Amino acid sequence: MNKVLMKGNEACAEAAIRSGCKSYFGYPITPQNEITAYMSKALPKIDGGVFVQAESEIGAIHMVYGCAGSGVRCMTSSSSPGISLKAEGISYLAGADLPCVIVNIQRGGPGLGTIQPSQADYFQATKAIGHGDLKIPTLAPNSVQEMVDMTVKAFEIAEKYRTPVMILADGLLGQMMEPVSFGNIKNNAEVYPYGANGHGGKRKKNITNSLYLDALVLEKCVNERFERYTKIVEAETDAEFDKDADIVVAAYGSTSRVVKSAVEMARAEGINAGVFRPKTLWPFPEKQLKEATKNAKAVLVSEMSMGQMIDDVKMALEFKLPVEFYGRQGGFVPNPVEIFKKIKELGGKY
Amino acid sequence: MSKAYEILTAGFGGQGVLFGAKMLAEIGLLDGKEVTWFPAYGPAMRGGTCNCSVVISDTPIGSPVVASPNLLIAMNGPSYDKFIGTVASGGKAFVDSTLANSDASASKPVDGVEVFNLPATQLALDNNLVGMANIIMLGKLIKETGFASAETVEKAMKLVTEGKEHLFDLNMKALKIGAEY
Amino acid sequence: MPDFKRPNALIDTPTHYCPGCTHGIIHRLVAEVIDEMGIEGDTVGICPVGCSVLEYNYFNCDMMQASHGRAPAVATGVKRANPDKFVFTYQGDGDLAAIGTAETVHAAARGENITVIFVNNAIYGMTGGQMAPTTLPGQFTQTTPYGRETSREGFPVRVSEMLATLDGATYIERTMTVDPKSIATTKKAIRKAFEVQKAKKGFSMVEVLSTCPTNWGLTPLKALDWLKENMLPYYPLGVYADKGGNV
Repeated sequence: MNKVLMKGNEACAEAAIRSGCKSYFGYPITPQNEITAYMSKALPKIDGGVFVQAESEIGAIHMVYGCAGSGVRCMTSSSSPGISLKAEGISYLAGADLPCVIVNIQRGGPGLGTIQPSQADYFQATKAIGHGDLKIPTLAPNSVQEMVDMTVKAFEIAEKYRTPVMILADGLLGQMMEPVSFGNIKNNAEVYPYGANGHGGKRKKNITNSLYLDALVLEKCVNERFERYTKIVEAETDAEFDKDADIVVAAYGSTSRVVKSAVEMARAEGINAGVFRPKTLWPFPEKQLKEATKNAKAVLVSEMSMGQMIDDVKMALEFKLPVEFYGRQGGFVPNPVEIFKKIKELGGKY
Repeated sequence: MSKAYEILTAGFGGQGVLFGAKMLAEIGLLDGKEVTWFPAYGPAMRGGTCNCSVVISDTPIGSPVVASPNLLIAMNGPSYDKFIGTVASGGKAFVDSTLANSDASASKPVDGVEVFNLPATQLALDNNLVGMANIIMLGKLIKETGFASAETVEKAMKLVTEGKEHLFDLNMKALKIGAEY
Repeated sequence: MPDFKRPNALIDTPTHYCPGCTHGIIHRLVAEVIDEMGIEGDTVGICPVGCSVLEYNYFNCDMMQASHGRAPAVATGVKRANPDKFVFTYQGDGDLAAIGTAETVHAAARGENITVIFVNNAIYGMTGGQMAPTTLPGQFTQTTPYGRETSREGFPVRVSEMLATLDGATYIERTMTVDPKSIATTKKAIRKAFEVQKAKKGFSMVEVLSTCPTNWGLTPLKALDWLKENMLPYYPLGVYADKGGNV
């Protein structure tokens, strides 16, 4: 298969289009602008293609709500501060059981922070993406190729379980170019039967809604949604990891690449280190982590944050193993030597 | 191409720092290597100093951020000052001497770094190739490192000038001037 | 004289609206227009947050419930993906002119080919009668217990006048529903707005001045008088934009 050099942002957009997403609603924010720009160029050339630069992130996510609610596959993308603005709409999308894909090309925060790469939105994505009882499947690519593969996967999960899905990447993955192949992505988009798009006198009326004033009804609705979440946990949880390592280094996204280099350095010095890399952040791959740490003496978690995924790691391990942290903030991507030194430290300690 | 290259290209925004880096990445891709290209982005692109990391390797690439390059292209004084000291021993640095005075700079390379000075911006002016100093620098780099075959370089140039075919010959001329300097 | 029947586009069900509220009349007018144009099967209505939040229970066409103020953005998403369907929003003054100002202004500026029914009763009804962006100077509300003091709470927003300055706003009219004549005028305006949409000529809005007897603390009849005496001078009726020609 022919490979082309592409930025992660552009590859994500192209993958979405190839899989049949013809509607995109966005708003400019660095470092995700290439997604919006790519869509603005490509979609008007496609029959039925829709591109709208909204008045705000809030506008964009509610256009997604309207589009998905009318039964049409669609997506939006943004970066950290913009995702905070989208939080309202994401909650409504979850409440109305609407599929869509939301891409977060993370940058540093809080506030305006920086436009440089960061992984400080892990908590937001996995624990508190909006008000109410809700989860959204969160995929964590670590290469431009995975920006493609996971975009395709995200639409599949979104539509199969009727839920918004987030791709949690970062400025590095968005801006970086790598060789990428689009393989045989199938255009499998179909109009959702529950879409409110005019009943045409042929079916009962469809209502897109998240309001249930009757407690019994809302409780039933939330329970039904959580049954779907259970199915997502069972079927969609994904991780890749080395087996039988003494020191397990857990990292996702960009940091997992750097960790891999660091682990190789450690192995070259005779330290039995291994990588644990969640590909889904919610659901967090608890079983896989247990398997990866079966014989481990300690776990190191590395993130471009002050430590967020580390909480899930500790909980998954039921606090039975020592878990330490190495992180960078402010837009710094850790280099392999820094992490290697920390692995060495753990190797000596445990 | 046999070893791993960690390349940093740096200069003013507008000098084609990212484009030159992309050309190197395309060459790596054509040679069947693992490749990453990662730009400094944001305000750095708007006329300040700009740089781009390219990693080319036989094995999967960890960090695409090059902290200690074995090949540096420095296209102006500030880039030379900032990055010359980061070049790994055994590495090579290519400096546009029209805009960077390596002798006058307080920053010095570590031992074992070979520095090539060439007045790329002046050469571009003299040859009616304004805006192609970056490609002249590439020509020199390719020549001095045995980076890739002439055939691969030409193929990569075809790729990066796709849709702007009139630029192909000019770029090839710039490569030649760099290589022959 | 034709039989006075419930329009097909309205469901035969009791509504939750207070006695004397004009929402019921405005719902009916929208439904009559949908019936007369024969477009129920091709129409998607967007409900706001506010008194008409449960409107999806009253109309027979496909409906969507939007978050507070976002109905024009939701309508944009529906309309862009389904350009041949009719899309209308139905919004109150708090929803449209406070929290949803950005969505409203930009839907109009983009010339979104949607119809907005804007019900202006100068107060937040659903939450119990707080000051709205359209509350009149001196008007008493739960959050202006001493009357709206313009030096402190600023001035009311005249939405029709504001939107009419935008090139994307094709048809804007302000009406009321206080008597048979004004009700007929309102229906004509709603019909015209839907016709503008049918002709794909851009953004249309009908602002209907409305009463809130409950939160104004007046009987339904006195509320109608209060509207005429107090709202009309501040919010003159009329056509504010008509750039679509004959549709």
